[in-house]
This record gives sequence, structure tokens and C-alpha cells, in this order.
Amino acid sequence: MWRLEARREPSRSMLLLTPVLAVALTVIFGGALFAALGKDPVAAMQVIFIDPLFDPYSRSELMVKGAPLALIAIGLSLGFRAGIWNIGAEGQFIMGAVAASAVALAFYDVQGIWLLPLMLVAGTAAGAAWAMIPALLKTRFGANEILVSLMLVYVAEQFLIAMVSGPLRDPQGFNFPLSRSFHDSAVLPVLIEYTRVHVGVLVTLALVIAAQVLMSRHILGFRIRLSGEAPRAARFAGVDRAHVTWACMGISGACAGMAGMFEVAGPAQQLAPSLPVGYGFTAIIVAFLGRLSPPGIVLAAAIMALTYIGGETAQFALGIPAAANETFRGMLLFFLLGLDILVRYRIRPRRREVKA
Amino acid sequence: MDLSTLDPIALIVSLIIAATPLVLAATGELVTEKSGVLNLGVEGMMVFGAISGFAAAVETGSPWAGFLAAALGGAVLALLFGVMTQYLLSNQVATGLALTMFGLGLAALIGQPYSGVKPPSFPRLDIPGLGDIPVLGRLLFSFDAMVYLSVALVAAVWWFLTRTRAGMILRAVGENHDAAHSLGMKVVPIRLAAIAFGGACAGMGGAYLSLVRVPQWTEGMTAGAGWIALAIVVFASWKPWRVLVGAYLFGGVTILQLNTQALSLNPALPAGAGLIAVGLVWLGLSLRAGRPADLPLAALVLGVAALAFGLADPRFQIGSAWLSMAPYLVTILVLVVMSRDRTRAALNAPASLGRVFHVSG
Repeated sequence: MWRLEARREPSRSMLLLTPVLAVALTVIFGGALFAALGKDPVAAMQVIFIDPLFDPYSRSELMVKGAPLALIAIGLSLGFRAGIWNIGAEGQFIMGAVAASAVALAFYDVQGIWLLPLMLVAGTAAGAAWAMIPALLKTRFGANEILVSLMLVYVAEQFLIAMVSGPLRDPQGFNFPLSRSFHDSAVLPVLIEYTRVHVGVLVTLALVIAAQVLMSRHILGFRIRLSGEAPRAARFAGVDRAHVTWACMGISGACAGMAGMFEVAGPAQQLAPSLPVGYGFTAIIVAFLGRLSPPGIVLAAAIMALTYIGGETAQFALGIPAAANETFRGMLLFFLLGLDILVRYRIRPRRREVKA
Repeated sequence: MDLSTLDPIALIVSLIIAATPLVLAATGELVTEKSGVLNLGVEGMMVFGAISGFAAAVETGSPWAGFLAAALGGAVLALLFGVMTQYLLSNQVATGLALTMFGLGLAALIGQPYSGVKPPSFPRLDIPGLGDIPVLGRLLFSFDAMVYLSVALVAAVWWFLTRTRAGMILRAVGENHDAAHSLGMKVVPIRLAAIAFGGACAGMGGAYLSLVRVPQWTEGMTAGAGWIALAIVVFASWKPWRVLVGAYLFGGVTILQLNTQALSLNPALPAGAGLIAVGLVWLGLSLRAGRPADLPLAALVLGVAALAFGLADPRFQIGSAWLSMAPYLVTILVLVVMSRDRTRAALNAPASLGRVFHVSG
């Protein structure tokens, strides 16, 4: 038998090694899953994880899909560090996209360089406001922020449908629940020609750096870390739990809302019910895979983006259902959390007890 | 607007059918939480139960085999969570979320060939004579066996938790696992059993959706029912009979919302009536407990205003998407109301809920 022995300090090497191990295990078990579905596992893995890296368009798409994941995950990681669970990023993402679209469509006949910044402000504010609902109900009434933020995802989904089939619907759209396509000044400039890489990718990178500075240099970052790692000590040090909750939820909501704005003004260029593709939920995995640290999150977002792009190709080329990728992501989070034990504990063989 | 098509007994019957998946899932989760484990994977276990039950029922032609398979599927998925949290000491919140994502993905994967397939119908329990009694017969004896089983489950869980030694041990483990351990109770095996039981119940709840309530399989068909079940446990303040009340409340909201949509009813009418009813009960409870009555009064005023608005303009309509928000909004409202009274919540929530247990040395 084996027993667990607590380490005196978390192992740094395991901290870095466990995400790699988790990805490896996911590939192995995912391959087994594909084999069980009657697909060639090696070919599938190659299509999903290797091929996109060698195709220039796929490489650019990596940034397009990875940026929203990284942006949302950065926001979520602050809260997760403090033990505040914002699980409703998907809803905040949707609300950000809807608000930005509303602005874009309100000024449909007006051109101007002020339009994109205005959309950005609207999207970010809407995301933050949507996240402040669970924060407020948590601090004021003690309502569980996990359940409230999740319920708000379903509300936001319905809100999106109500908007695209009502006020924001394309008047010439034959009653389809779609908005008009945005005109040029409501569309994010493209960074690399012939790709969909937009300015939002740069903003995301800047915010990653800002988050790193916030967490390591700013007093708020210190308070967040302290209230996560030592809640009692945080209380004695005068850290106001409510303030930390508001800050974490607000920032993560703002990030998700901003990602929603980027998505709708970048790759989508119109509002449609198909806009949410689970970035808000996948970002939770990205945050953990990146070990809740900004540089890790960037790397993790790239890996997750790979599964999005490769998964699409695998769907067309090998007939692997889209749901397989979802299963994949769930599996990855499982392995990650399971292996986490190696960071804090050593696994030792149990010594036989000597009978007296 | 035609109210004559509204049959109150038919409404209550469909309410109970809508509530049964929630009764099953929430009762299972209640037992899990009573043992001190917070499993947020209910949604994943439900949707996995929905497809495994559906697949088994279609393949064997027997809905009973479906429910059995759903219970097994839910329990297996729950044990995955159990191994992770009890042996690998992983964070329960994050692992529960992982379970939901994994369950949703896996169910969609397994379910691909089953979309559009009709499941074998689940027979009503026909007790000769009883079903023919006017009103009462339809109200009490016109259901399928799972509805009765779900109520029996609540009763059994209540009896187990409050009247048996094993139930007391389970609660002790949930209240203080260190003390329970030092008294020689096997914390981890007890918790694993509670987790598996919770998974089996959630799985059956999911199968009730796919085999009886909706009878078909569509991806993501649970649509948040698992999360609502979690909220019902909070609403019930960890007491089995209140789970039944909570689930029927949510069933009522769902049915009212669906009927409002189907009958093109002015939504302000049911919303106003519901708010007034909730406000009155809440006001009574608050006054009796000597708590501030500001929020219940606000609910009452809002309800009267909505009702007045509804009567003033009976043809007022809103899109179906707005109505579909109702169950989720009510869940939030109920969570707020229940969490507001911190002393009662603190008294009933298992003290070790969500805490990691590890014997050092």
C-alpha cells in the first residue's frame, strides 16, 4: 500500500511538471476514447495537436481562439486565488458581446474612430456589471456566488436570444435571429493581413502583463493572495473580504465582457445566438492548467485553442464529433486536479507495522 | 387569452412531473452534502444519467433497465469524483466543475446516435379503481412509479438521517470528520458511499427527464436542472422534506412559465400572483421570527404592481426567451432569501462541508 506524506513546502518542480503530465495523460486516455469510437487514435492526435502548428492559417487562428480564453482565464484566476468562485464567465462574456453589439448597431449609420472604444467600454462595463450581481448578493446576503453566477449564464443566454430576435434583429434578415453585420468602423482592425488576428490579441497580452504586475507588486494582488492562502491572517491584517470579492468578481467580469466585445467585433462581426462557444467554461480549465499564473495561462490558452482548431479539423477530416473535444477538456481538468496532490504530498510506500 | 383551457388538476400533475427530476437529484445531493462533501457535478451526473438511461432503455426496450443503468452511470461518475476528492484530496469545487464538463461532453458523445430516437414509454402505475376517483384519483394516483419512488426516497432519506444509527454516523462525519475519525468511524468509505448514492439519484433524475418528462435525447437537455437541484438543497436548509417543497416550487415555476408561453398569457399575471403568494408566506415567517420585513413587503408591493399591470393591459406580451429566464431568476431569488438568514443556514449546513479530510502520519 501507499501513503501520503505532506511536503513541508509545495514542490516547485511538480508545480511545473503536473500540467505537462496531465496533458500527456489526457492524450493517452483521449486516444483510447477515439480508439473505442473506432477512429485511428494516432491520426486523430496528429490532426488535433500537431497539424495546426504547421499550417500558417491555423497558427494565426491559435491567437484568435487563444486570446479570449487567456483574457477570461486571467480574470478568473484572480478570484480563484482568493477562493472566490466566479463560474459564470460565460454569461459575462455574452453580456459584454450584447452590450458592444447594441452600441455598434445604435451607431449603424455613423462612422468614427470613437466607436470601437465606446463598444469596448460598453462591453467591459456590461461584463463587470453582470459579475457584480453575484458579488453583491454574496457580500450583502451571503448567497453562494457559484450558483448565482451560473444561473446568470442561463439568463444571459436567454437574454441574447431575446435581443437578436427582438431589438437587435436585422430588419432585412427575413426574421432570422441575427443582427446586421457591423460596418467597418465597428470592426476591430486586423493585425496580420489575410488572417483574423485582431487588435484584441495585443490588448490581451498587455492585460496579461498588467495582471502579473498586479499580483506580484500591487497591494490588491497581495490581499487577494493572502485571503486565499490564509483567510484568518487576512482578517487580522485588516483585509476586507467584501472588497476583495467585489474587486475579483468585477475584474473577472470586466475581462470576460471585454473578451465578448472582442469576439463580436473581431471574428464574428455580428451578433448571433451561436456566439457563445463555451469560452467562459473552457477558461476555467485554462486558469487551472496555467496554475493561476499569468504566463502559465498564456501557454494553457494556446494549448486549449489548439484543441478548438484541431478539433474542428478532426470533425471534418475524421468525423470525430465535436463532443469528443468537450470530453477531452473535462478529462484534462480531472487529471490536472488529481495530479495536484503531487505538489503538496509525497507518495511513499507504506512501511509494514512491526508488531510488538 | 383563454383561461378556460387551464385545468388546475392537469397543472398540478404536470408540476409534479416537472419537479420529480429535481426531487431525485436534490435528495441525492443532500445525502452527499450531509456527509460533508460538496459535489458540484450534479449537472454532469444528471446529463450522463439521462443518456445512459436513455440508451439502456432503447437497447433493452425496458424503461426499468434504463433507470437502473442511469443510477449505475451516475454512481460511477460520482465515484470518479469520490476518488479524486477523497483519495487524491483534490479541491471539491473545481473537481465538481470538472465532473460537469466531463459528463456533458461524454453524454453528448454517447448520445450522438440516439438523437431523434423514441424511447420505450414508461407505463403509468394503474391501480384499478383508485385512478377513477374524481379529482383525487387524478391528483394522487395517475403517475408513473418513479414519482412515487421519488417521494418514498425523500421519506427514506429522512428516516435514515434522523432515525438510524448509520444516518447519525453519516451526519457526524459531515459535521466534524476529525472527531468522527478519532471515534473510529471510517470517514472516507462513508463519504464514498454518500457520494455514490448522490450520483445514483442524480442519474435517475436525469433519466426521468429523458425517458418520461421530455421523452427524447437532446444534447445538454438538463439545461441547468443540476444546478437548480444544488440550490434546492440550500433552500431546503439540508432537510429532506423541504427538498420536496423546494422541488415542487421550481416545478411550479417551470410549468407556469411553459403555460404562459403556450397560452400567450400576460406574464405579469402569474408573476404578480406568485410574488404576492411568496411575499405573504415570507412576511408571515419574518414577522414570527421578529426579522425585518422590508424585503417581503417589497415582494408584496411588486406583486400587486405586476398584477395591476397585468389586469390593466391583458394583451401585453413578451418574447418566450424572457419567460424562459424565470426558473433561473427564481433560483437566484430563493438563494438570496435563504442565505439572508445566516443563523439558520449556519445551523443546518454540515460543518465540514467542502473541507478536505486527510489523516496525517
